[in-house]
Amino acid sequence: MVQQVVHPFSKYLRQAMMPHIWCPGCGNGIVVNCFVHALDELQKDMDKLVVVSGIGCIGRTAGYINADSFHTTHGRAVPFATGVKLANPELDVVIISGDGDLFAIGGNHFIHAARRNIGIKVLCVNNFNYGMTGGQQGPTTPLEAFTTTTPYGNIEPPFNLVHLAAASGANYVARWTTLHVRRLTQSIKRMMQKEGFCFIEVISPCPEIFGRRNKLRTGLEMMELFRKASVVENFSDPSKAEISPDRIVVGEFVNIEKVSYEKLLHEKISQINEKRVEW
Amino acid sequence: MTGKRNVLSGTHFMNGDIACAEGAIAAGCRFFAGYPITPATEIAEHLSERMPEFGGIYIQMEDEIASIAAVIGASYAGCKAMTATSGPGFSLMQENIGLAVMTETPCVVVDIMRGGPSTGQPTLPGQQDVMQAKWGSHGDYGIIALSPCSVQEMFDLTVAAFNLSETYRVPVLLMGDEIVGHMWEKVVIPPASKITVVNRKRPNVLPSEYEPFMPSDDLVPPMACFGEGYRFHATGLTHDEHGYPKTQSSEVQSKLVNRLCEKVDRNADKIIRVESVTLDDAEVLVVAYGIVARSALSAVRRAREAGIKAGLLRLITLWPFPEEHVAKAAEKAKAIIVPEMNCGQIVREVERAAKKPACFLSKLGEEPHTPMEIFASIRRNM
Repeated sequence: MVQQVVHPFSKYLRQAMMPHIWCPGCGNGIVVNCFVHALDELQKDMDKLVVVSGIGCIGRTAGYINADSFHTTHGRAVPFATGVKLANPELDVVIISGDGDLFAIGGNHFIHAARRNIGIKVLCVNNFNYGMTGGQQGPTTPLEAFTTTTPYGNIEPPFNLVHLAAASGANYVARWTTLHVRRLTQSIKRMMQKEGFCFIEVISPCPEIFGRRNKLRTGLEMMELFRKASVVENFSDPSKAEISPDRIVVGEFVNIEKVSYEKLLHEKISQINEKRVEW
Repeated sequence: MTGKRNVLSGTHFMNGDIACAEGAIAAGCRFFAGYPITPATEIAEHLSERMPEFGGIYIQMEDEIASIAAVIGASYAGCKAMTATSGPGFSLMQENIGLAVMTETPCVVVDIMRGGPSTGQPTLPGQQDVMQAKWGSHGDYGIIALSPCSVQEMFDLTVAAFNLSETYRVPVLLMGDEIVGHMWEKVVIPPASKITVVNRKRPNVLPSEYEPFMPSDDLVPPMACFGEGYRFHATGLTHDEHGYPKTQSSEVQSKLVNRLCEKVDRNADKIIRVESVTLDDAEVLVVAYGIVARSALSAVRRAREAGIKAGLLRLITLWPFPEEHVAKAAEKAKAIIVPEMNCGQIVREVERAAKKPACFLSKLGEEPHTPMEIFASIRRNM
């Protein structure tokens, strides 16, 4: 008799949405795996979790996680999540989205949410290009990389996402690659327990779309690059956290305690109403 | 929560923007996200002061795109939510007005219209966004748009806008203009007990049985909110009753998009409001809305005094368009006059519904039509 075995973490996923849409060798599954491991280790109340995504391959994650979830228009995950968090501060609001969505079309929203230090958690999966639309150049594409819209090599300097997040005011900033599954899981746990705006960049392989144009044809080759090039430099200067074929600086860069926007707002509301009673 | 009253019952002297803000509060709005823009800024300013008085949220976002996105988020988290803007901001909001339509989000968007296109005339009135209200976001959809003509109506119709948005799970657009926004008039705010407040229909099934986009007979699905244990998914993609994306299915697309149109169209009788003035025997019909309708009313009265059988049909609801009201009023009319502060927008709908041509009076870039201008047109067309 064949005994049906249920994966212990299948309860965290919407079975009706499987199979996922991701290519062989893609790192998105690793990120989702780390995320649900973190939820499991923290014994998070899944009824109080809201997962928000924008548009792109990783944007489908919102639909895959068995919690309240919303798949917004392109780039608008951060302001949507801002509305959710302010309307109900008891909810854990997590954005899982891509580099193009969060930092090109959504870049303005990102820096302002970080500046306000609103209590939303952003997990950005950086695959260096627009995968879903077939591999165009994006705000993180390395110099001289080939994409479908930089056939002669990219001349735009990429954003350093951890530097941008730190400079904008985030309470917590980290970068890992999909090779660093244990560190990434621990980092997600730390982020989920922190107040205020938190950001983790995960460098992820995209062999089918990005890698094959840049001599990294398989997921394994990309993971091998991450293994060779990654250096853990916790609390080093994020402005110097480079990403190059020879050196990928990963680690936690910021972990500070600033009061969140929603806490300040509700304190202010209480103060206003206490004063009114005194009058 | 202690503090001031939510509903400022009594007689007030206030401007239209403030009346709109007070209407939102009276309707139960507890979340406002906006971005400064003339001539709608006073709505945000007033709510930044009033919202904290009873625990409501005011936030100034980084732009209008973010404002409407935050409003949709707050609505899904269970708050009645609103944003307010003018033409340039209304254009930026179109993307996520589409998202609100697709995800059936109850919310209110106020557009205090100024002269366009582009930055146009920030401090002058216009009615140039009324077609954008219907067609501004890509794709087909039903939407509700209201047109206030007084400061009192800025209050009353804001309450109505919230009630309609909660009833039909659709963004409702309050299409004011610079004059009704900035003008000061008497406003009577009724006691809270006399103000009808509608709340969204809630699911009455177990979370395991809940299908977030399964409509009831009125074509509107009951709405759960985040954090209540329903664990549902919503997306801007074409989706089935479970909320799951089905982007390759013509059947799902056809069913969903037709329902998004029909839930407004089939309920049009319950949604539409018009005001009729001496229409029964009217031979000259004036169809007007917003601030222009006040000049039109004055002109129609003057015409009656002069022995001309004139009547006014004032459109309070612009979308869904009051086709039957226009058709009926046009039956006996020998002439139809449509004054608008644009180059001819609602007049096209009037002609389509009336099945006869109308005389269009355009006014751009300054004050609305004077009663004498409309009266002169009535006399020319009698």
